[in-house]
Amino acid sequence: MLMTDRERLAGEIKALAEKHGNCRTALIPIVQEIKQKYRKVDDFAMQVIADQLGIHPVEVYSVVSFYAFLGSAAHGKYIIRLCRTISCDMQGKERVMRQMENDLGIRFGETTADGKFSLEWANCMGMCDQGPAMLVNEKVYTHVTPEKVHEILEECRRSFGVHATEQKEVYLV
Amino acid sequence: MSPTPIQETGSRAPKSQQSLTIARSAGDEAIGGTVTASINGQEVKVPLGTTILAAAEKIGVRIPTLCHHPDLCVAGVCRVCVVEVEGQRTLQAACAFPITSPIKVLTHTRKVRQSRRHVIDLLLSEHYGECYACGRNNNCELQGLAKEYGVDFFRFGHPSKPKYEIDRSSYSVIRDNDKCVLCRRCVRTCIDLQEVGTIEVAGRSDKSYITTFKDKPLGDVVCINCGQCINRCPTGALRANDPTDEVWAAIDDPKKHVVIQTAPSPRAAIGECFGLEPGAPLTYELNTALRMCGFDRIFDTNFTADLTIIEEGTELILRLYKALVGKDANIALPQFTSCSPGWVKYLEHFYAEYIPNLSSAKSPQQMFGAVIKTYYAEKHGIDPKDIITVALMPCSAKKFECNRSEMDDSGYKDVDYGLTTRELAKMISEAGLELPKLPKSDFDAPFGTATGSGVIFGATGGVMEAALRTVIELVTGTKVESLFEKANIIPVRGFEGVKYVELPINEVGPVPDILKHLVPDWNWLKGATLKVAVAHGTANAKKVMEDIKAGGKFSECHFIEFMGCPGGCIGGGGQPIPTSPEIRSARAKAIYAEDAAYEVRKSHENPDVLTIYNEFLTDGPCGHKSHKLLHTHYVPRGKYIE
Repeated sequence: MLMTDRERLAGEIKALAEKHGNCRTALIPIVQEIKQKYRKVDDFAMQVIADQLGIHPVEVYSVVSFYAFLGSAAHGKYIIRLCRTISCDMQGKERVMRQMENDLGIRFGETTADGKFSLEWANCMGMCDQGPAMLVNEKVYTHVTPEKVHEILEECRRSFGVHATEQKEVYLV
Repeated sequence: MSPTPIQETGSRAPKSQQSLTIARSAGDEAIGGTVTASINGQEVKVPLGTTILAAAEKIGVRIPTLCHHPDLCVAGVCRVCVVEVEGQRTLQAACAFPITSPIKVLTHTRKVRQSRRHVIDLLLSEHYGECYACGRNNNCELQGLAKEYGVDFFRFGHPSKPKYEIDRSSYSVIRDNDKCVLCRRCVRTCIDLQEVGTIEVAGRSDKSYITTFKDKPLGDVVCINCGQCINRCPTGALRANDPTDEVWAAIDDPKKHVVIQTAPSPRAAIGECFGLEPGAPLTYELNTALRMCGFDRIFDTNFTADLTIIEEGTELILRLYKALVGKDANIALPQFTSCSPGWVKYLEHFYAEYIPNLSSAKSPQQMFGAVIKTYYAEKHGIDPKDIITVALMPCSAKKFECNRSEMDDSGYKDVDYGLTTRELAKMISEAGLELPKLPKSDFDAPFGTATGSGVIFGATGGVMEAALRTVIELVTGTKVESLFEKANIIPVRGFEGVKYVELPINEVGPVPDILKHLVPDWNWLKGATLKVAVAHGTANAKKVMEDIKAGGKFSECHFIEFMGCPGGCIGGGGQPIPTSPEIRSARAKAIYAEDAAYEVRKSHENPDVLTIYNEFLTDGPCGHKSHKLLHTHYVPRGKYIE
C-alpha cells in the first residue's frame, strides 16, 4: 500500500498517543520521541499531536518552544551541546569550543551542510566537578580537552562510516 | 464535611495537578465553612478558600491588579497585587492566595508599595510606545497603574525602538506585541474561555512572547475573530481593525450616499464610553449623533433581524417538513443559527462536517447590506455604486464577515465597513458631540420600524426567543401571550452556558398566507414536541457539538442558537472595555427593557418586513430572490493549516 510521509507520521503519532495516554500529560513524551526519530518536530506533526491529545496546536508549539531540547533549530544527526556555565568555563570550555568549530567548520548554533553535526550551547548539566562537560545526543562526556574532541568526533564519524561500509557490503553481495 | 477527590475546575491543568477543593456541603455556617481574615487590622469573615483579593474587596480595600480578570482563571503572573501575609517569608499575590486559615494581611506597607512600584517600573521598561499614540489612551490598565503609583521617570529605562512587527494580517484583530505586558489574559481567554486556541506564550523567560501557531500571521491561523481577547487586554497590544478613516472619507465625499445600520447591542453599551453606567441604552440619542456626524440615512439592524427570523424560521419549517413528511434522510437537523460570524467561522474550522446544519440565511448585517444596495437603491433611484453601507456592530468578527468573498450578492460589496461600538464612540467624540446630552430622534424610513424581537438578538437566547414567538404564532395560530406571559419566553433567557427547552405543539392553526406556497397544512406538526437549545461562547458551543457528535440529547434538537461570544452580542469583541459578568447582565437588562417597550414585538408583524415581501421579495420567504440575496454558503476550513 502506498503511504505518504504524512500518513506514516500521523500513524506513528497515533500509536505513541495510545502508548502514553490520550491526554495532555502525554505531550512531552510524544514530542520527545518524535524529536528523537525525526530530529525535528514540524508544523504538521505538532498539529497531529494536538489533534490526538485534544489540545490546540499553539499549545504544542508553546511547549516545544519552551524546551531547548525539543524545539531547537538544530537537527544534525549528532547534536553536540557544550556546557557554557561558570565552572566549565573556568576549566577551558573556550578551547574545546574553538577546537570543535575548527574541526567541523561551523559555528555554535549551526548545523553542518551534510546534516551530520549540530553545535549548541547548554547550561549546566550537573557535571560541574568534571568540566568541561559536553553532551553528544544523550551521551555525556566529561573532562573534555581539545584532543578528546577530535577523538569524540572521529567516533561519531566512524559510526557513519561503518554504516556506509555495511551498506556497501550488502550491495556487493 | 468530607473532602471530595477533585472537582472539575475547568482548569487546563491535568487532573493530577489540579488543586484539591474541599466540598463544603454543610454550608458556610458550619465549623470550618468560613474563616476570619484580618486585612489591615480590619476583620472580615469569608468562605474558606476565598482569595485575599476578594476578601479585601468585600471590605472596600482595593488591591491593584493587572493579570486578574473576573471572567478568567487565576494566573498570578503580573505580581502587581502583592501583599504582606504574616508568617510568609515573601510577598504573596493576593489574586492567587486562598484564605484557608485565619491570617493577617497588610495591603499597603512600605515594602508592598515599593514592590508594586518596582513591578510597574519593570513592566514599563519593556513596554514600547507612547500613550498619546495609542488607542487605549485613558482606558489602559498599565497607564492607570503608573499613574496610581506615581511613576514619574523610567527607573529601568524605556524601549526606544519596537521589537516586533505589528500583525495587521487579520480583517478583525491587530496584534502589537510591543505593548504586551505578558499578563496572559488573551491566552486564557482564547484557550479557556473560548476554547479556540489561537494564541499562547512561546519561548522562555525574558524571551517569551505571545504568539500564534509557529508565529504565523493572525490572518492565516485558526482564529474566529471574536475579539474577546481585545476586550480583556489591559493595554493596547490587541485592538480591532479600525476603519473610521475610510468611513469619514466616505462621509466627506459629497458623491457618496452613506448609510449606517445600528445593532441593538452597541446602543445598549455605547453610553459606557461616555461615562454612563452599563445598561443605559442611547438608541435615539445615537440617531441624532449619527445625523450630526454626517451619515445620510440611519437604519435599524432590527429590521433585518426580523427578516432573518422570517427566513431562518421558514428554512426550519421547510427542513422539518422535508424530514418528517417527506422522510428525506438527507435533511440536516438540528438547524444551527448563523447570525454570529464568530460562531460560523468556529464551525467552519472545527466542525466543518456540520456545515449543512447551519442555516443558509445570512446574518442581519449582511442581509441589510444586500437589501440596501438592491431594494433601497432601486426604490430611491440611487446608483448602488455610490452607496456606502456602514454597520455599527458590537463585534469584531463582523469586520471579517463583510469582507468574505461570498458577500457580494447585490453585485457590490454588500457591507462596506463594520464599525465597533468603541470606534463609533471615538467618531462621535471626534465630532465634538456629547452623546448622552443629545436630543432623541427616530430612525429613517423605510427600514425604521423594528420589533422587540429584533432588539433581543443582542442577548444570548434572543434569537431563539424571537424565532419561537414567530413560529408558535404561525403554527398554532394562537397568540404567544396565551402561552408565555407578555410574550417573554423566560426559559431561553439568562446566562446559563447551555439552555435546553422543549415545547409541545398541542394545537395547530391554519397556514398563514406568507407560507401557503410551501406547506399545505400543519397537521404533521400536531402532537410533536419542538426541542430547542441555546449556547453562548464557543466553549459552550463545543460542549453541544461534542454531544451532537456522540448522539446525545442535543442531536435530537430541531433548532439550536449559537453565539460566539459569552453573553451573546452584548459581550461582543467590539463592545466597550472593560467587560465582566455584571456589566454584561446590565446590558442584557437594557435590551430586554427596550424589547418590552416596543408595541410590536414579533418579527412577522413588522409592517416594513411585510412590505418588502409584497414589493420586492415577491416569491416569499426562502423563494428564489431571497435565496439569491439573503442566503449564503459556507466554506469548510478545517483546523489544519499549512
